[in-house]
Amino acid sequence: MTERRYMRVRADMPPGHVRTPSYLRGKVGWVERTLGPFPNPEQLAYGRNATPLPLMRIRFSMAEVWGNATDAPDDTIDAEIYSHWLEPAEAPHAP
Amino acid sequence: MRKDTTFDGRRWHDMGGTAAGPVPTEQHDFALWEKRVDALMIIASGKGHFTVDGLRRVLEDMGEEAFETMTYYERWIASVNQNLIEAGVYTTAELAQRMSKVAARGPTYGEATCD
Amino acid sequence: MPHDHHDHMSPSGHPYRPDDDHPLTYWQQMEIAVRELLIEKGVTTAQEISAQIDAMDARNPAQGAAVVARAWTDPAFRADLLQDASAATREMGFDIGPMRLIALENTADEHNVVVCTLCSCYPRNLLGLPPDWYKSRAYRSRTVKEPRKVLAEFGVTLPDTTTVRVHDSTADMRYVVIPARPAGTEGWSADALAALVTRDSMIGTGLPKSPDTA
Repeated sequence: MTERRYMRVRADMPPGHVRTPSYLRGKVGWVERTLGPFPNPEQLAYGRNATPLPLMRIRFSMAEVWGNATDAPDDTIDAEIYSHWLEPAEAPHAP
Repeated sequence: MRKDTTFDGRRWHDMGGTAAGPVPTEQHDFALWEKRVDALMIIASGKGHFTVDGLRRVLEDMGEEAFETMTYYERWIASVNQNLIEAGVYTTAELAQRMSKVAARGPTYGEATCD
Repeated sequence: MPHDHHDHMSPSGHPYRPDDDHPLTYWQQMEIAVRELLIEKGVTTAQEISAQIDAMDARNPAQGAAVVARAWTDPAFRADLLQDASAATREMGFDIGPMRLIALENTADEHNVVVCTLCSCYPRNLLGLPPDWYKSRAYRSRTVKEPRKVLAEFGVTLPDTTTVRVHDSTADMRYVVIPARPAGTEGWSADALAALVTRDSMIGTGLPKSPDTA
């Protein structure tokens, strides 16, 4: 398996139209694949010209997202996150 | 009046992980007027008058009460209309007068629609 | 007072269409007005609206079932589908418009399930419009946190050795699940296999029908 590239989702809580679910904000996952570039929906929503951004499918473990509140910690959640919401991160726990 | 100081910025439509009951199993067939709303959205956005993110933005800004009290395509036509007015496709006055004209044609959808 | 016409026939002998004989609602009034204004302004035509409705009506789970059955019977197509599902479904002749599709393959070790927590994104240009439950608060809220409990409500119970992979459709991609081919279907034609593929099995909340019940 190739080495996982970990990313942390920014924990910002702005108002307005964003496509980053709040349950993933502040969480660390790894890049499942990179897509795009796609126009930034935060600009499209207001009828503005939109900046093309890379879109990353990030895979999170249930344990990372929900802690002890999950009954299957190794199950995963994938979500598409625009690159301006992501920052490089260390692995959240020993692989 | 007591002010709520617990709001953390999470918006009502951002539902992932919140507690909820069993998944409902009822299903309804789409009525003609609902299919027309769907078609108007696809056509008007496909021609560049607004985007699916504009549709979602207005749906989100309509708030949770609209989600609970209006049907899916009722919310959609409200949002499609808002986006078209913002895009300058027609004015609020044009919409207002046309809606009154439509209502004057008859008390049912079949009578009020011209086709 | 509105009353239910389900048991009544119109004078022409046909059932009343529910949207035609109920009192006009404010939002229906708006739909008619918006439609007429868009036609008058030259944005669209009545014919274009009808054609769009027909195109949407023609999209249904049988299209997805044909894609799944071909993936089960044609290894080269399966590889193409997993590589680029939009291109592969277009190559089969399906009009999926501008939709960007990813195919997720279920195996003995992995079970995929699709949700949209922020709204109700769905591969509508392949499977048609989503079921009502897909748009419900309960499905949108719970699937990312307790997918196994949600799946159990749909009658799908998975062994602990199967990893559940939830996919939240947050942005530009749409997802179709390629369920695992049922045992006991060796030698079946793609057409016969397609009849086993349900809508829910392509969302991940169901499994294909058993060959015994088909």
